[in-house]
Amino acid sequence: MTTAAASDDQGLVIAGKSLGTRLILGTGGVQSLEVLDSIVDASGATIATVAIRRVDPSARGSLLDVLHDRGVSVLPNTAGCFTAAEAVMTAQLAREAFATDWVKLEVIGDEDTLLPDPVELLDAAEQLCDAGFVVLPYTTDDPVLARRLEQTGCAAVMPLGAPIGSGLGIRNPHNIELVAEAVSVPVILDAGIGTASDAALAIELGCDGVLVASAITRSRHPERMAAAMRRAVESGYLARSSGRIPRRWHAQASSPAEGMPSFTA
Amino acid sequence: MTDVVVTVNGEKRPVPSGTTVADMVAITAPSRGGSDRGIAVAVNREVIPRGTWGSVRLTGGETVEIVTAVAGGC
Repeated sequence: MTTAAASDDQGLVIAGKSLGTRLILGTGGVQSLEVLDSIVDASGATIATVAIRRVDPSARGSLLDVLHDRGVSVLPNTAGCFTAAEAVMTAQLAREAFATDWVKLEVIGDEDTLLPDPVELLDAAEQLCDAGFVVLPYTTDDPVLARRLEQTGCAAVMPLGAPIGSGLGIRNPHNIELVAEAVSVPVILDAGIGTASDAALAIELGCDGVLVASAITRSRHPERMAAAMRRAVESGYLARSSGRIPRRWHAQASSPAEGMPSFTA
Repeated sequence: MTDVVVTVNGEKRPVPSGTTVADMVAITAPSRGGSDRGIAVAVNREVIPRGTWGSVRLTGGETVEIVTAVAGGC
Protein backbone atom coordinates (compact mmCIF):
# COMPACT_ATOMS: atom_id res chain seq x y z
CA MET A 1 0.00 0.00 0.00
CA THR A 2 1.48 3.27 -1.07
CA THR A 3 -1.28 5.66 -0.17
CA ALA A 4 -2.73 6.56 3.17
CA ALA A 5 -5.99 7.73 1.68
CA ALA A 6 -9.15 6.13 2.94
CA SER A 7 -10.41 6.14 -0.62
CA ASP A 8 -8.41 3.01 -1.39
CA ASP A 9 -10.90 1.12 0.77
CA GLN A 10 -13.62 -0.55 -1.23
CA GLY A 11 -15.83 -0.84 1.83
CA LEU A 12 -18.19 -3.66 2.66
CA VAL A 13 -18.79 -6.36 0.10
CA ILE A 14 -21.82 -8.49 0.90
CA ALA A 15 -22.97 -11.33 -1.34
CA GLY A 16 -20.82 -9.91 -4.13
CA LYS A 17 -22.28 -6.41 -3.84
CA SER A 18 -19.87 -3.61 -3.03
CA LEU A 19 -21.38 -0.98 -0.75
CA GLY A 20 -18.49 1.48 -1.06
CA THR A 21 -18.65 2.21 2.68
CA ARG A 22 -18.37 0.35 5.96
CA LEU A 23 -21.29 2.14 7.56
CA ILE A 24 -24.85 0.89 7.35
CA LEU A 25 -27.53 3.29 8.53
CA GLY A 26 -30.40 2.15 10.73
CA THR A 27 -33.50 4.32 10.60
CA GLY A 28 -34.82 3.46 14.07
CA GLY A 29 -35.44 6.58 16.13
CA VAL A 30 -35.26 9.07 13.27
CA GLN A 31 -37.46 12.05 14.07
CA SER A 32 -38.47 13.25 10.61
CA LEU A 33 -37.88 12.68 6.93
CA GLU A 34 -35.83 15.90 6.84
CA VAL A 35 -33.49 14.53 9.50
CA LEU A 36 -33.33 11.22 7.66
CA ASP A 37 -32.30 13.02 4.49
CA SER A 38 -29.55 14.94 6.29
CA ILE A 39 -28.09 11.90 8.05
CA VAL A 40 -28.16 9.79 4.91
CA ASP A 41 -26.14 12.49 3.19
CA ALA A 42 -23.71 13.07 6.06
CA SER A 43 -23.16 9.37 6.80
CA GLY A 44 -22.27 8.46 3.23
CA ALA A 45 -24.35 5.31 3.71
CA THR A 46 -25.49 3.52 0.58
CA ILE A 47 -27.88 1.17 2.34
CA ALA A 48 -30.33 1.74 5.19
CA THR A 49 -32.53 -0.56 7.21
CA VAL A 50 -36.29 -0.13 7.42
CA ALA A 51 -38.93 -1.90 9.47
CA ILE A 52 -42.14 -3.43 8.12
CA ARG A 53 -45.40 -2.21 9.62
CA ARG A 54 -49.05 -1.87 8.72
CA VAL A 55 -49.79 0.97 6.31
CA ASP A 56 -50.78 4.17 8.08
CA PRO A 57 -53.47 5.81 5.91
CA SER A 58 -52.64 9.23 7.35
CA ALA A 59 -48.88 9.01 6.79
CA ARG A 60 -47.47 11.88 4.77
CA GLY A 61 -44.35 11.48 2.71
CA SER A 62 -42.42 8.28 2.51
CA LEU A 63 -39.04 7.36 3.81
CA LEU A 64 -38.76 5.16 0.74
CA ASP A 65 -38.88 8.31 -1.40
CA VAL A 66 -36.12 9.91 0.67
CA LEU A 67 -33.91 6.84 0.36
CA HIS A 68 -34.69 6.44 -3.32
CA ASP A 69 -33.86 10.07 -4.07
CA ARG A 70 -30.51 9.69 -2.30
CA GLY A 71 -29.75 6.49 -4.21
CA VAL A 72 -29.76 4.48 -0.98
CA SER A 73 -30.73 0.80 -1.08
CA VAL A 74 -33.40 -0.47 1.28
CA LEU A 75 -32.45 -3.22 3.69
CA PRO A 76 -35.66 -4.48 5.27
CA ASN A 77 -35.39 -5.79 8.80
CA THR A 78 -37.59 -8.06 10.85
CA ALA A 79 -37.63 -5.79 13.89
CA GLY A 80 -40.28 -6.71 16.41
CA CYS A 81 -40.40 -10.41 15.52
CA PHE A 82 -40.14 -12.89 18.39
CA THR A 83 -40.46 -16.15 16.46
CA ALA A 84 -38.93 -17.66 13.36
CA ALA A 85 -42.39 -17.87 11.80
CA GLU A 86 -43.02 -14.13 12.24
CA ALA A 87 -39.60 -13.25 10.91
CA VAL A 88 -39.95 -15.46 7.83
CA MET A 89 -43.38 -14.00 7.07
CA THR A 90 -42.02 -10.46 7.48
CA ALA A 91 -39.08 -11.20 5.19
CA GLN A 92 -41.43 -12.57 2.54
CA LEU A 93 -43.56 -9.43 2.71
CA ALA A 94 -40.44 -7.27 2.48
CA ARG A 95 -39.23 -9.14 -0.56
CA GLU A 96 -42.54 -8.46 -2.27
CA ALA A 97 -42.68 -4.81 -1.16
CA PHE A 98 -39.15 -3.77 -2.07
CA ALA A 99 -38.16 -6.33 -4.70
CA THR A 100 -35.06 -7.28 -2.72
CA ASP A 101 -33.84 -10.64 -1.49
CA TRP A 102 -31.84 -9.01 1.27
CA VAL A 103 -33.09 -9.15 4.83
CA LYS A 104 -31.63 -7.99 8.11
CA LEU A 105 -32.88 -10.81 10.30
CA GLU A 106 -33.84 -9.94 13.86
CA VAL A 107 -35.55 -12.45 16.12
CA ILE A 108 -35.78 -11.03 19.60
CA GLY A 109 -35.91 -13.08 22.80
CA ASP A 110 -37.46 -10.64 25.26
CA GLU A 111 -38.60 -7.05 25.60
CA ASP A 112 -36.22 -6.03 28.36
CA THR A 113 -32.91 -6.89 26.72
CA LEU A 114 -34.00 -7.14 23.07
CA LEU A 115 -31.30 -9.79 22.82
CA PRO A 116 -31.55 -12.24 19.93
CA ASP A 117 -33.22 -15.60 20.52
CA PRO A 118 -30.50 -17.87 19.11
CA VAL A 119 -32.74 -20.91 18.59
CA GLU A 120 -35.43 -19.03 16.68
CA LEU A 121 -32.75 -17.02 14.85
CA LEU A 122 -30.99 -20.08 13.48
CA ASP A 123 -34.32 -21.64 12.51
CA ALA A 124 -35.38 -18.48 10.64
CA ALA A 125 -31.96 -18.15 9.01
CA GLU A 126 -32.18 -21.72 7.68
CA GLN A 127 -35.64 -21.18 6.25
CA LEU A 128 -34.73 -17.87 4.62
CA CYS A 129 -31.42 -19.09 3.19
CA ASP A 130 -33.27 -22.09 1.74
CA ALA A 131 -35.77 -19.67 0.19
CA GLY A 132 -33.00 -17.77 -1.56
CA PHE A 133 -32.74 -14.74 0.71
CA VAL A 134 -29.50 -12.88 1.37
CA VAL A 135 -29.64 -13.11 5.15
CA LEU A 136 -27.85 -10.72 7.52
CA PRO A 137 -28.64 -11.96 11.02
CA TYR A 138 -28.47 -9.82 14.15
CA THR A 139 -26.83 -12.15 16.63
CA THR A 140 -25.18 -12.35 20.02
CA ASP A 141 -21.40 -11.91 20.21
CA ASP A 142 -21.01 -15.70 20.28
CA PRO A 143 -18.42 -17.02 17.80
CA VAL A 144 -19.97 -20.49 17.82
CA LEU A 145 -23.39 -19.21 16.84
CA ALA A 146 -21.79 -16.93 14.26
CA ARG A 147 -20.14 -19.95 12.68
CA ARG A 148 -23.43 -21.85 12.67
CA LEU A 149 -25.11 -18.92 10.94
CA GLU A 150 -22.36 -18.82 8.33
CA GLN A 151 -22.69 -22.57 7.75
CA THR A 152 -26.42 -22.05 7.28
CA GLY A 153 -25.61 -19.77 4.37
CA CYS A 154 -25.94 -16.30 5.87
CA ALA A 155 -24.20 -13.61 3.81
CA ALA A 156 -22.87 -11.81 6.89
CA VAL A 157 -23.17 -11.95 10.66
CA MET A 158 -24.10 -8.99 12.80
CA PRO A 159 -23.00 -9.42 16.40
CA LEU A 160 -24.12 -6.93 19.01
CA GLY A 161 -21.74 -4.75 20.97
CA ALA A 162 -24.35 -4.13 23.67
CA PRO A 163 -28.16 -4.24 23.85
CA ILE A 164 -30.08 -2.30 21.19
CA GLY A 165 -30.33 1.40 21.93
CA SER A 166 -28.21 1.14 25.09
CA GLY A 167 -25.26 3.10 23.73
CA LEU A 168 -23.02 1.05 26.02
CA GLY A 169 -20.40 0.45 23.35
CA ILE A 170 -18.64 -2.86 22.87
CA ARG A 171 -18.99 -4.67 26.18
CA ASN A 172 -16.93 -7.68 25.20
CA PRO A 173 -14.27 -6.68 22.67
CA HIS A 174 -12.62 -10.08 22.94
CA ASN A 175 -15.77 -11.85 21.76
CA ILE A 176 -16.10 -9.50 18.82
CA GLU A 177 -12.52 -10.36 17.85
CA LEU A 178 -13.36 -14.06 18.19
CA VAL A 179 -16.42 -13.65 15.96
CA ALA A 180 -14.35 -11.80 13.34
CA GLU A 181 -11.85 -14.64 13.46
CA ALA A 182 -14.46 -17.40 13.41
CA VAL A 183 -16.21 -16.60 10.14
CA SER A 184 -15.17 -15.67 6.63
CA VAL A 185 -18.35 -13.77 5.75
CA PRO A 186 -18.43 -10.05 6.62
CA VAL A 187 -18.89 -9.21 10.29
CA ILE A 188 -20.95 -6.10 10.94
CA LEU A 189 -21.19 -4.77 14.45
CA ASP A 190 -24.82 -4.10 15.20
CA ALA A 191 -26.32 -2.46 18.29
CA GLY A 192 -24.67 -0.87 21.26
CA ILE A 193 -22.71 1.86 19.48
CA GLY A 194 -22.87 5.05 21.53
CA THR A 195 -20.37 7.33 19.87
CA ALA A 196 -17.77 7.52 17.14
CA SER A 197 -14.97 5.82 19.07
CA ASP A 198 -17.16 2.72 19.49
CA ALA A 199 -17.56 2.48 15.71
CA ALA A 200 -13.82 2.93 15.14
CA LEU A 201 -13.09 0.26 17.75
CA ALA A 202 -15.42 -2.19 16.04
CA ILE A 203 -13.45 -1.93 12.82
CA GLU A 204 -10.14 -2.06 14.67
CA LEU A 205 -11.27 -5.29 16.35
CA GLY A 206 -11.75 -6.88 12.95
CA CYS A 207 -15.33 -6.07 12.00
CA ASP A 208 -15.89 -5.32 8.34
CA GLY A 209 -18.66 -2.84 8.98
CA VAL A 210 -20.84 -1.15 11.55
CA LEU A 211 -24.57 -0.54 11.66
CA VAL A 212 -25.57 2.60 13.53
CA ALA A 213 -29.08 3.75 14.25
CA SER A 214 -29.87 5.22 17.68
CA ALA A 215 -26.40 6.67 18.24
CA ILE A 216 -27.06 8.93 15.27
CA THR A 217 -30.82 9.37 15.26
CA ARG A 218 -31.19 10.03 19.00
CA SER A 219 -28.14 12.27 19.33
CA ARG A 220 -28.64 16.00 19.80
CA HIS A 221 -27.21 16.77 16.35
CA PRO A 222 -27.90 13.73 14.16
CA GLU A 223 -26.27 15.17 11.06
CA ARG A 224 -23.01 15.91 12.89
CA MET A 225 -23.01 12.48 14.52
CA ALA A 226 -23.61 10.85 11.14
CA ALA A 227 -20.55 12.66 9.79
CA ALA A 228 -18.58 11.55 12.87
CA MET A 229 -19.58 7.91 12.31
CA ARG A 230 -18.55 8.09 8.68
CA ARG A 231 -15.08 9.29 9.67
CA ALA A 232 -14.91 6.80 12.55
CA VAL A 233 -15.29 3.74 10.35
CA GLU A 234 -12.79 5.17 7.88
CA SER A 235 -10.33 5.85 10.71
CA GLY A 236 -10.89 2.43 12.21
CA TYR A 237 -10.12 0.79 8.90
CA LEU A 238 -7.04 2.94 8.25
CA ALA A 239 -5.76 2.18 11.75
CA ARG A 240 -6.38 -1.56 11.49
CA SER A 241 -4.74 -1.81 8.10
CA SER A 242 -1.77 0.23 9.35
CA GLY A 243 -0.73 -2.36 11.93
CA ARG A 244 -0.88 -0.92 15.42
CA ILE A 245 2.12 -0.92 17.74
CA PRO A 246 2.25 -3.68 20.35
CA ARG A 247 1.06 -2.87 23.83
CA ARG A 248 3.91 -2.64 26.34
CA TRP A 249 3.92 -2.76 30.10
CA HIS A 250 6.57 -0.06 30.39
CA ALA A 251 7.40 3.03 28.45
CA GLN A 252 9.61 2.89 25.39
CA ALA A 253 11.64 5.99 24.69
CA SER A 254 11.00 7.48 21.31
CA SER A 255 14.20 9.54 21.15
CA PRO A 256 17.68 8.01 20.87
CA ALA A 257 19.76 7.59 24.04
CA GLU A 258 22.95 8.24 22.08
CA GLY A 259 24.23 11.76 21.64
CA MET A 260 22.76 13.10 24.82
CA PRO A 261 24.74 16.17 25.87
CA SER A 262 26.24 16.00 29.31
CA PHE A 263 25.32 18.64 31.83
CA THR A 264 27.02 17.11 34.82
CA ALA A 265 29.50 19.42 36.47
CA MET B 1 -73.43 -6.69 -4.39
CA THR B 2 -73.60 -8.05 -0.85
CA ASP B 3 -71.18 -6.85 1.76
CA VAL B 4 -68.84 -9.28 3.47
CA VAL B 5 -66.59 -8.68 6.45
CA VAL B 6 -62.82 -8.91 6.20
CA THR B 7 -60.17 -8.01 8.77
CA VAL B 8 -57.78 -5.44 7.34
CA ASN B 9 -54.76 -4.50 9.43
CA GLY B 10 -56.51 -5.66 12.54
CA GLU B 11 -59.85 -3.92 11.90
CA LYS B 12 -63.00 -5.65 10.79
CA ARG B 13 -64.59 -3.84 7.89
CA PRO B 14 -67.43 -4.50 5.49
CA VAL B 15 -66.53 -4.60 1.82
CA PRO B 16 -68.53 -5.63 -1.24
CA SER B 17 -68.11 -9.30 -1.97
CA GLY B 18 -65.61 -9.71 -4.78
CA THR B 19 -63.50 -6.74 -3.73
CA THR B 20 -60.00 -7.34 -5.05
CA VAL B 21 -56.74 -7.01 -3.16
CA ALA B 22 -55.92 -4.09 -5.45
CA ASP B 23 -59.13 -2.38 -4.31
CA MET B 24 -58.20 -2.95 -0.66
CA VAL B 25 -54.76 -1.42 -1.19
CA ALA B 26 -56.32 1.65 -2.83
CA ILE B 27 -58.78 2.05 0.07
CA THR B 28 -56.23 1.46 2.83
CA ALA B 29 -53.38 3.55 1.46
CA PRO B 30 -55.18 6.46 -0.21
CA SER B 31 -52.46 9.03 0.46
CA ARG B 32 -50.07 7.32 -1.89
CA GLY B 33 -51.66 8.74 -4.97
CA GLY B 34 -52.00 5.39 -6.64
CA SER B 35 -48.38 4.45 -6.10
CA ASP B 36 -48.06 1.02 -4.59
CA ARG B 37 -44.28 1.16 -4.30
CA GLY B 38 -43.08 -0.39 -1.09
CA ILE B 39 -46.36 -2.06 -0.24
CA ALA B 40 -46.92 -5.76 0.31
CA VAL B 41 -50.07 -7.69 1.06
CA ALA B 42 -50.72 -10.95 2.85
CA VAL B 43 -54.10 -12.65 2.87
CA ASN B 44 -54.49 -15.33 5.52
CA ARG B 45 -50.72 -15.33 6.08
CA GLU B 46 -49.94 -15.83 2.42
CA VAL B 47 -48.08 -13.15 0.49
CA ILE B 48 -50.03 -12.04 -2.57
CA PRO B 49 -47.70 -11.19 -5.48
CA ARG B 50 -48.25 -7.66 -6.78
CA GLY B 51 -49.09 -8.93 -10.25
CA THR B 52 -52.14 -10.80 -8.96
CA TRP B 53 -53.64 -8.07 -6.74
CA GLY B 54 -56.23 -7.24 -9.36
CA SER B 55 -57.44 -10.81 -9.71
CA VAL B 56 -57.47 -12.03 -6.10
CA ARG B 57 -60.97 -11.43 -4.73
CA LEU B 58 -62.06 -11.32 -1.11
CA THR B 59 -65.10 -13.42 -0.27
CA GLY B 60 -65.38 -12.68 3.43
CA GLY B 61 -63.63 -13.80 6.59
CA GLU B 62 -60.13 -13.19 5.29
CA THR B 63 -57.40 -11.60 7.36
CA VAL B 64 -55.58 -9.04 5.24
CA GLU B 65 -52.31 -7.38 6.20
CA ILE B 66 -51.16 -4.42 4.12
CA VAL B 67 -47.67 -3.29 5.09
CA THR B 68 -44.97 -0.87 4.09
CA ALA B 69 -41.64 0.50 5.26
CA VAL B 70 -41.32 2.64 8.37
CA ALA B 71 -38.31 3.98 10.17
CA GLY B 72 -37.39 1.40 12.73
CA GLY B 73 -35.12 -1.26 14.05
CA CYS B 74 -31.41 -1.26 13.74
